Amino acid sequence: MTETITFSLNGQQVAVPAGLSILDAAALHGVRIPSLCHHPDQRVKANCRVCVVEVEGQKNLAASCATPVTAGMKVRTNSPRIRETVQTILELIFANHPQECLTCIRNGNCELRRLAADYGIREVKGEMATDALPLDTSTPSLVRDPNKCIKCGRCAEVCHHVQETGILYSHYRSVDVQVAPEYGKSLSDVACVLCGQCAAVCPVGAIHEKDDTALVWEALDDPAKHVVVQVAPAVRVSIAEEFGQAPGTIATGRLVSALRKLGFDRVFDTDFTADLTIMEEGHELLHRLQSGGALPLITSCSPGWVKYIEHSYPELLPHVSTCKSPQQMFGALAKTYYAGKAGIDPADIFVVSIMPCTAKKFESQRPEMNASGHQDVDAVLTTRELGRILKQAGVDFAALDDSVFDDPLGISTGAAAIFGVTGGVMEAALRTVYEVVTGQELESVEFTAVRGLQGIKEATVDLAGTPVKVAVAHGLGNARRIMDLVRAGLADYTFIEIMACPGGCIGGGGQPYGTTDTVRRQRIEATYRVDAGLALRKSHQNPAVAKLYAEFLRQPLSEISHHLLHTKYRNRSLYKLKG
Amino acid sequence: MGTQLDSAKSVFRLGLFRDFPTLMHYRDFGGYQALAKALAGSPEAVIGDIGAAGLRGRGGAAFPTAAKLQMVRDNPPGERYVICNADEGEPGTFKDRFIMTHIPFQLLEGMTIAAYAVGAAQGFIYIRHEYPEAQETMRRAIAAARAAGLLGGDILGSGFSFDIEIFSGAGSYLCGEETALLSSIEGKKGRPRLKPPYPTQSGLWGRPTLINNVETLANIPPIVDRGPDWYRALGTADSHGTKLISLSGDVVRRGLYEVPFGTTFREIIDNCGGGVRQGRLKAVNIGGASGVVVPPWELDCPLEYSACGQHGITIGSGAVFVMDDSRSILENVRNRVDFFLHESCGKCTPCREGLRQAGRIIHRLLAGNAVLADIDNLERYTRTMQNAAFCGLGQAAGNSLISSLKYFRGEYEAMCRDRGEAAPKEATA
Repeated sequence: MTETITFSLNGQQVAVPAGLSILDAAALHGVRIPSLCHHPDQRVKANCRVCVVEVEGQKNLAASCATPVTAGMKVRTNSPRIRETVQTILELIFANHPQECLTCIRNGNCELRRLAADYGIREVKGEMATDALPLDTSTPSLVRDPNKCIKCGRCAEVCHHVQETGILYSHYRSVDVQVAPEYGKSLSDVACVLCGQCAAVCPVGAIHEKDDTALVWEALDDPAKHVVVQVAPAVRVSIAEEFGQAPGTIATGRLVSALRKLGFDRVFDTDFTADLTIMEEGHELLHRLQSGGALPLITSCSPGWVKYIEHSYPELLPHVSTCKSPQQMFGALAKTYYAGKAGIDPADIFVVSIMPCTAKKFESQRPEMNASGHQDVDAVLTTRELGRILKQAGVDFAALDDSVFDDPLGISTGAAAIFGVTGGVMEAALRTVYEVVTGQELESVEFTAVRGLQGIKEATVDLAGTPVKVAVAHGLGNARRIMDLVRAGLADYTFIEIMACPGGCIGGGGQPYGTTDTVRRQRIEATYRVDAGLALRKSHQNPAVAKLYAEFLRQPLSEISHHLLHTKYRNRSLYKLKG
Repeated sequence: MGTQLDSAKSVFRLGLFRDFPTLMHYRDFGGYQALAKALAGSPEAVIGDIGAAGLRGRGGAAFPTAAKLQMVRDNPPGERYVICNADEGEPGTFKDRFIMTHIPFQLLEGMTIAAYAVGAAQGFIYIRHEYPEAQETMRRAIAAARAAGLLGGDILGSGFSFDIEIFSGAGSYLCGEETALLSSIEGKKGRPRLKPPYPTQSGLWGRPTLINNVETLANIPPIVDRGPDWYRALGTADSHGTKLISLSGDVVRRGLYEVPFGTTFREIIDNCGGGVRQGRLKAVNIGGASGVVVPPWELDCPLEYSACGQHGITIGSGAVFVMDDSRSILENVRNRVDFFLHESCGKCTPCREGLRQAGRIIHRLLAGNAVLADIDNLERYTRTMQNAAFCGLGQAAGNSLISSLKYFRGEYEAMCRDRGEAAPKEATA
């Protein structure tokens, strides 16, 4: 039981659990204190100072995000002094912020702009003092506009203390402060994995996804192109948020209708190749177990994770599954198997992915991702970009009827649906591997030990008398802890699932703004509802996958599978050590 | 130098040690008797003496030293540190440098006694790299103390061990802020940290840490040696002991002076400094760049925490900068705003952007391009810095602005394009 304490909030006695900040305690009683640098999932930074309040007995105002409530404390959140201070701080930020709101990618969902509206800022009384620093457009995934940065530090916090990649730092001092990679380098020159968690937490437009909507419009508008689209599992439980609906709203059917309205020739599902991934990766695991290959086997679906291990643990690359991610398997099949069946020249096929992820843009442009003889995936849109492109097309998302994915690359099972959450790939793999190894039907398909937001999860599964130990990590900080164990020879796992983003793909860097652990749980819960609602919940039961093997691939790990569905990695270590 | 305090009433005996910073010389005049006395008694007795003496921090915040020692001591057993803050970045302040170059052993003795009181085995002196001679003198003094068994293992056969390292700061003003100083020693960017936790609980490398200014620590040996009653008798009922004053500007005798608390600022200027060099006294900046600017009629205020508080005077580091009537208040304020803008770490909005805008207004004023409304904005930005900046330095950065606007608003208005009918007001009593 948490202790309850009483304090005075704007003259009223209120009770709250002990240990809260003034900001959180006030929120429990309907008082919303403005904030910019504060983020519920992050440590306190107290940089922006717009959350200041009066605490009786203190000479200066207190940052409510950083000040714990104590019993008997007397707090005011609204007074002439506070209003003047908050308005002045906002004005000071605006004086250093380009007045480009109409053309900014955050127009409509900018946290700074919302505060400007709430506080009725009508003029900037100070002198405009904006910077003219170059934009970083060096990567296929992210664009960094340092001129719009308000130095709140959220991106650096997530980069250092969640992902522990340490790419974005606060450099220089005073008005020269910049949050940027080391020594003025661009993102492509450092070990950035392009996970986009920085973009997901930025309150303004200082770092954001590279917008590829124009590329997609161009393809859709070209009558010579046969444009097919695939949708990642995590997008169906988040896209509705782009249209004002609650996190955790399942919108699979409406999403398919919306994509048809946009003019895609075929609306397919990445879930199909997620099932295929399980077939290939499951057999890869069995093969390694039987033939003494590198174990533990580590998943390869998350492109941020793959880039991370290439940069940071290249010596462990033999452990990574050679399976391409579902996105890339899809692209390779769309321009071979599907092209053949549909009788279309693969040169005329344009493959678009809708992904919760910014790193997927990078993955699609890896030079080796051309097994079909063409670039397998032509354009990747994040969930946020999809929201924008649908709005441009005038699609009234809420009013759409449901429809279903096209055949054959649109058929999937519940095992594929849960690819979007941490633990999902592991659970899907176990459902199939168990039945393949034991030859018995798995009665309880839900492996709850690998579900949830705990950073590192472990489970032991009995495979026909052999206990198999598995681990699941999400967020690169957790991945790093597991990799350190593997490198030191201290990990007795057989199979490890890693997803770069906290919560898995549902918490991806390309998802709708406002992702917090609360939102992650809602999207996760929705994902498991999608799975539970499907008749088929094991990848090897997918009839379209079975047909694909019968007609085209022959069997898992076949020569053609290796050619189309598997890949190689490279050592991207920037700081090579001797020995 | 002007008036020199009688040795019997002096904490620092500045005259005695002017040219002989040797261990032998220091011991000849009673040095290290306090340490022997402290080690013969209990750590609690040391804290008791310092508490009874009423010593308060001399770095600017005036926090009761004994309370801080007790907080560090009260932590669960384990490693803890003593840090001497010798960053001395406050413009116009040179007292810590003088102590280090002239009475280094008094500082070492004070640190050692403090370490005994809190149970620390390791100390650091954080000296800015602009003080190479102070670093050199301290290094030599540490070596001499070690050789004499006054630092290192089993000091004076007591079983107590303590050693000191010099840490050279890179010269950032902000690293004088205690938590920024900790980050700097840890090899991180010199930015302030959130408090709580205070350094007394979680300081250097997360361990309990005592951080005190040079002058504070150097006060400890005389207190322990001569006793708290002797010390209390030096000051006033409100503020005990003496204070080192760095006197500069338009006075006849600039320099470092030790004065008992209770001395008025006018006495400091007239008796120690020999009065204004030429012209008429116009204003005095007290407490360094982060201090206030006051007109002559405020100078009868005694150097005393309560009285200064009532008069809105910040004692700060004890810097007193005298301005005669040839000086422009605005130019003086501009220098300080430019200084703070350069030294701001840039972490929080009010300090970073507030100083930028304040600087622009001051420069516009001096160029004759400002309007009266700018002065209101300047005042508002300054209030915001004082109310909402992250750390004490950001909050104090506006002190000179606010005080100069209070006493010399006429000079600001006179520079405005639209001053109209309003005649510039002269500062009068």
